[in-house]
Amino acid sequence: MLEVQNATKRFGGLIAVNQASLKAAAGSITGLIGPNGAGKTTLFTLISGFERPTEGRVLFEGQDISRDEPHIRAQRGIARTFQIVQPFAGLSVVENIAVGAHLRHARRSDAMARAQEVGRRVGLGPELDKSASSLTVAGRKRLELARALATEPKLLLLDEVLAGLNPSEIRDIIPVIRAIRDEGVTILMIEHVMQAVMNLCEQVYVLAQGKIIAEGPPAEVCDDPTVIEAYLGAGAAERLKREKVHA
Amino acid sequence: MTLRDIIPIILIVALLAFLPVFVTANTVLNFLVFTLIIALTAQGWNILAGFGGQFSFGHAAFFGTGAYAAALLQVRLGINPWVAFVIGAAAGALVGWVIGYLSFRSGLRGSYFALVTLAFAEVLRILANAATFTGGAAGVLIKLDVRPENFQFESRAAFFWIALALVGAVLVLTRWIERSRFGAQLVAVRENEAAAKALGVDTLRVKLGAITLSGAVTAAAGCLYAQYFLYVDANIAYGTWISVEAILAPIVGGIGTVFGPLVGAVALHGLGEITKLAAGSIPGIDLMVFGSLLVVAVAFAPDGILGLLRRFRRPAQPTGASRHA
Repeated sequence: MLEVQNATKRFGGLIAVNQASLKAAAGSITGLIGPNGAGKTTLFTLISGFERPTEGRVLFEGQDISRDEPHIRAQRGIARTFQIVQPFAGLSVVENIAVGAHLRHARRSDAMARAQEVGRRVGLGPELDKSASSLTVAGRKRLELARALATEPKLLLLDEVLAGLNPSEIRDIIPVIRAIRDEGVTILMIEHVMQAVMNLCEQVYVLAQGKIIAEGPPAEVCDDPTVIEAYLGAGAAERLKREKVHA
Repeated sequence: MTLRDIIPIILIVALLAFLPVFVTANTVLNFLVFTLIIALTAQGWNILAGFGGQFSFGHAAFFGTGAYAAALLQVRLGINPWVAFVIGAAAGALVGWVIGYLSFRSGLRGSYFALVTLAFAEVLRILANAATFTGGAAGVLIKLDVRPENFQFESRAAFFWIALALVGAVLVLTRWIERSRFGAQLVAVRENEAAAKALGVDTLRVKLGAITLSGAVTAAAGCLYAQYFLYVDANIAYGTWISVEAILAPIVGGIGTVFGPLVGAVALHGLGEITKLAAGSIPGIDLMVFGSLLVVAVAFAPDGILGLLRRFRRPAQPTGASRHA
């Protein structure tokens, strides 16, 4: 479905993403984790088209889309959410979602109907006619999800949709994400909430300092010494192992 | 868009159409026609800025292009004024597209876009003031030849009805924008361009569409102005005054609403005329009223007169959702 081949992104002298490659199989949920500043969001912008890779390619359904504008990629079936939520603040919740729905529905009434349907699905039913700016953080995250979903994507890029939510809100939204996958949407998600990553993802990539340092099923990746060191610093893996033995 | 959406427009236009039956004084008709021309200019601005969030400070570029095109085509080339009118509006659309293409493609927005539009209008003003084809500083006089096929009428009421018909047509156009995919995408661009892009909105195309429509509407107002006063010069056609008028009316009336520009133009110029009558011959007193009204509008009614009315009707509504008439 999605394949990133040796993507590199330089901002002047800074290499944000360095020769990163990853694959997301159709119908799967793939996780992208890594410490802060690793380049996860930058890698997402390369996939969604907001930035172009300095080197390397992005393939979607076998076609090279590295040079396509974001709206072309959306038409092809790639939708993204924003880590920092970007609601259309002056519009109501349902109008926000309808902008996404308009991608596949030209008529206003069709788009609004579709928007209400999607809104209810992600649990925004009671909020549909409220102003988007009146939503709580959890509500705004759901709105991001709903808008992206309303474009009827094949590939959904979720950039920390769970960040800032409390445990019960996270518990509520995990089944929603799984249900989206079960309908055949491929999902690639950046997530810090490990509970969700362990729960949802079949395959996880770990990005640190712009490089993919590990990949595999979540349980395996979490035990990988290089991953532990990327998060906790050099020597941490060794220390943890010792502590485990002592305990 | 359904019939229900345009019933208020039909009612208001029909009501206004009866005005010349009751008032026949030329000064009043003059005032009404002028106000409608301002309303039409402002309606053009409102499409781009009110719905699209692209604040132009140079709508004189379109107004002037319409006015000069209407005047020059008939005076210099002998083209029928009605045809010149249509070409004038098309020329405004073209100028809109060009300015839009140059500035939007290079990613200009906010105050940078405002400055660039202002610069375009000023360049056009200086060019029109200097070139001999445009009559230079002396301007262009359209020959008085009162015949309907010449777009000149015995009665001012006829002109009023034509201006009103145009304003009505743009009211319908604006309502259509509000109810269409194009409008939804345009508003999305206004609210958050990055988010709109992510949802598959071709933001460049949408903005170009808006500025082209906007240019055509404002240029039509310019054509009408030239045809009514039968005289155009650079400071009238491309002067900053008309850019300011185009902005003031929607801000006072209700920015990004269908009726805002018309309500604002009537309120501003109505009040201006009344103070002129009341205060006698103090020069510039109407401008002082404009200024005070603008301050009051920005401070107490950021959604304009229409927003204020809506707030009185439903006091508990959040302000954010009130953008829709």
